[in-house]
Amino acid sequence: MSEFKLMKGNEAMAEAAIQAGCDAYFGYPITPQSEVLEYLAREMPKHNRIVMQAESEVASINMVYGAAGAGFRTMTSSSSPGISLMQEGISYIAGAELPCLIVNVNRAGPGLGTIQPGQGDYFQSTKGGGHGDYKMIVLAPASVQEMADFVFLGFDLADKYRNPVLMLSDGAIGQMMEKVQFKPYTRPEIDKSSWATTGKPKTRNRNYITSLHILPEKMEVHNLKLEEKFKKIRENEVRFEEINTADADYLFVAYGLSARICQKAMDIARQKGIRIGLLRPITLYPYPYQRLRELTAQVKMMLSVELNSGQMVEDVRLGVEGKVPVEFYGRMGGMMPTPEEIVHHLETLIQYHHAN
Amino acid sequence: MNSINDCRKLEELIVAGFGGQGVLSLGMTLAYAGMVENKEISWMPSYGPEMRGGTANCIVILSDNKISSPILSLFDSAIVLNQPSMDKFAPRVKPGGLLLYESGNIFKPSTRTDIDIIGIPATTEALKMKNAKTMNMIMLGAYLQLKPVVQNDSILEALAKVLPEKYHHLLPINRQALELGEALAKEMKTQLV
Amino acid sequence: MPIDQHVLPETDLIIPACHKEEEDEYEVVYHKPATLVDVNMHYCPGCAHSLVHKLIMEVVEELDIQEKTVGVAPVGCSVFAYDYMDIDMQEAAHGRACAVATGIKRLMPGKYVFTYQGDGDLAAIGIGETLHAINRGENILIVFMNNAVYGMTSGQMAPTTLPGMHTTTSPDGRDVSFYGAPIKVAELMANLPGSFYVTRQAVNSANAVRKTRKALVNAFKYQQLHKGTCLVEIIGNCPSNWKMTPVEAAKFIDEEMVKTFPLGDIKVPNAEDLKIF
Repeated sequence: MSEFKLMKGNEAMAEAAIQAGCDAYFGYPITPQSEVLEYLAREMPKHNRIVMQAESEVASINMVYGAAGAGFRTMTSSSSPGISLMQEGISYIAGAELPCLIVNVNRAGPGLGTIQPGQGDYFQSTKGGGHGDYKMIVLAPASVQEMADFVFLGFDLADKYRNPVLMLSDGAIGQMMEKVQFKPYTRPEIDKSSWATTGKPKTRNRNYITSLHILPEKMEVHNLKLEEKFKKIRENEVRFEEINTADADYLFVAYGLSARICQKAMDIARQKGIRIGLLRPITLYPYPYQRLRELTAQVKMMLSVELNSGQMVEDVRLGVEGKVPVEFYGRMGGMMPTPEEIVHHLETLIQYHHAN
Repeated sequence: MNSINDCRKLEELIVAGFGGQGVLSLGMTLAYAGMVENKEISWMPSYGPEMRGGTANCIVILSDNKISSPILSLFDSAIVLNQPSMDKFAPRVKPGGLLLYESGNIFKPSTRTDIDIIGIPATTEALKMKNAKTMNMIMLGAYLQLKPVVQNDSILEALAKVLPEKYHHLLPINRQALELGEALAKEMKTQLV
Repeated sequence: MPIDQHVLPETDLIIPACHKEEEDEYEVVYHKPATLVDVNMHYCPGCAHSLVHKLIMEVVEELDIQEKTVGVAPVGCSVFAYDYMDIDMQEAAHGRACAVATGIKRLMPGKYVFTYQGDGDLAAIGIGETLHAINRGENILIVFMNNAVYGMTSGQMAPTTLPGMHTTTSPDGRDVSFYGAPIKVAELMANLPGSFYVTRQAVNSANAVRKTRKALVNAFKYQQLHKGTCLVEIIGNCPSNWKMTPVEAAKFIDEEMVKTFPLGDIKVPNAEDLKIF
């Protein structure tokens, strides 16, 4: 086991990319994730990998398309406004079924917003983002260690399903420093020769990468094929963490940074005698609907805590199917709730539901 | 003040001041030292668009257990290096906690009586050492004297990691600054008692 | 006039007449390149795309680089280029062909990478990617088809539409005071140090086709030098959207288009760079 390092989330992610065998990174500077491009600009050439500062996020994502289409392990990262610019390219990548890793170090919006952390890109990340019917696997790290771990996982899932994977982090997880350890990793052997555009030898038909299927009959076949893939992803790739749910009467549902704050809030609430647990979705797509539904047999209320105006709470409600009340608490604009603030809100809600 | 044993198990600290005062590197040195001792650590900076000036702060948590929230509203200790930070964070120190401030930059310290408030003339002392930038290390030395959350050796090891190698010729003066801070705090503590 | 040839009036395009006798008796003097997929193309009669597709594939065959060539198709009339060219290809988002080609070429510097883009794709929505790719001196070939009009969406104004030219979105003719003058892409890009070879050609006559073919051969070969980007701008005929017969369209190029877009080499490599050939 390698030794611990003290790193920023963004740096850990960049180092993980190198260790995961990322062949190419294309990016454009934007706060709060410019460290990624800086780190890779310094380190990638030492490993004979390609790193390039593109002229825009639009160019970055299309460079990713080109390199991924040629069969290379490729990655980009940005923050909210830059990710918005990439949406068209991401839709093409999903349509053309290209594996790649995209990282969004979420800042608060809309518009130019602020450079402070936010979770306002939940809908964009999980419900489409770009045009057309597609899904990305969305991984939500809650620590610097996970910023590193999910790079390996993300690349592997992307290859496994020939689908873009999004790591949805935020400015706080990206900027904070924690201990991180890089585990030994072997890149799975994946044969991409049946589709990667590496130059057509006489021995095979030409490969072409496209998302265009102009005949509706053929386009629908392609859509159904994608849907089949997304179904498989939903069946096999749901990931979540549960803390203190065994005896829980109430449940926090939160991901990423919010989940960390909720852990502290949970400690405080439990000291006050409120038996509350936490369910932290690790994959935001596919979403742990099933587990939430199971927990309705046990808990009296769920509270979704987010750094937005209430986005994931809709998925919690979808999972719960009205069986127990689902409440929401959030802060926006780069402001973050304190654990005490969350506990105060929780207590108010418990009283309200008790009275009613 | 929470006991030495308590602070060694869990310490939640905020360091705040102007950008350029060495706020972030003070916190980072402490975080590194925590890692040297196999503690759980988190270092959460405030970050802004300006590279220099403006206000800066970082929350450092050192713990024997897994750290939950890296963002806090109440702290065991605060090291504040300018007046706005004093005004903002003095009310957020937990009762019985420690508020350490740089007395050259702060003319109006908190009047709270339920916490220990100690001023260190770190800027004056740093200027005497002919290196104003050692101010933050004097503050760190003073803090560690009052709250020995990590061992001295760990801090020295951490310093070597935080300082890029091209600045390693500055290690001795930083060490000196730490020792000076410790001595100053010891003096202040005696006065306090 | 020899009876086995039909010469189109007012052009020097020569099309051999069909032979009624058995083929065996004749020597094959021309065949379609094997690298061109044997399917019907969707292009309109008199369109330049089919001809330029064929030329590119002829060059790929001649240089024997099918295994080493990766093309990038645009959004526009030639979006289906990968249906016709028997090489590995990628279909890029509108305007992003040069970014996609950058991704491919940077990872596989030993391959021959080219983009095939129209004027809407390259000069409007994609001029940023194009300019930056050339400025970086990406070792790619950009084949730029300039027919002064959006073809696939049926005849809207392009950045290269001539002053006064009627299109569906400039029904009274392009007003330069409102929309600016047509962008001279080749001249613009030749100014960038990253461009290595820049030329503007046409395919509206046999002579023009020969010159274009030569330009494409050179541009492909120059990729071996790793000296920068080659840009071959080709003035394309678009009889459908110009509302002309193919013959009128061929004539329009010589009489009108070349006034704004003069043909010929704009930037050529110096002899020193070409020594190895």
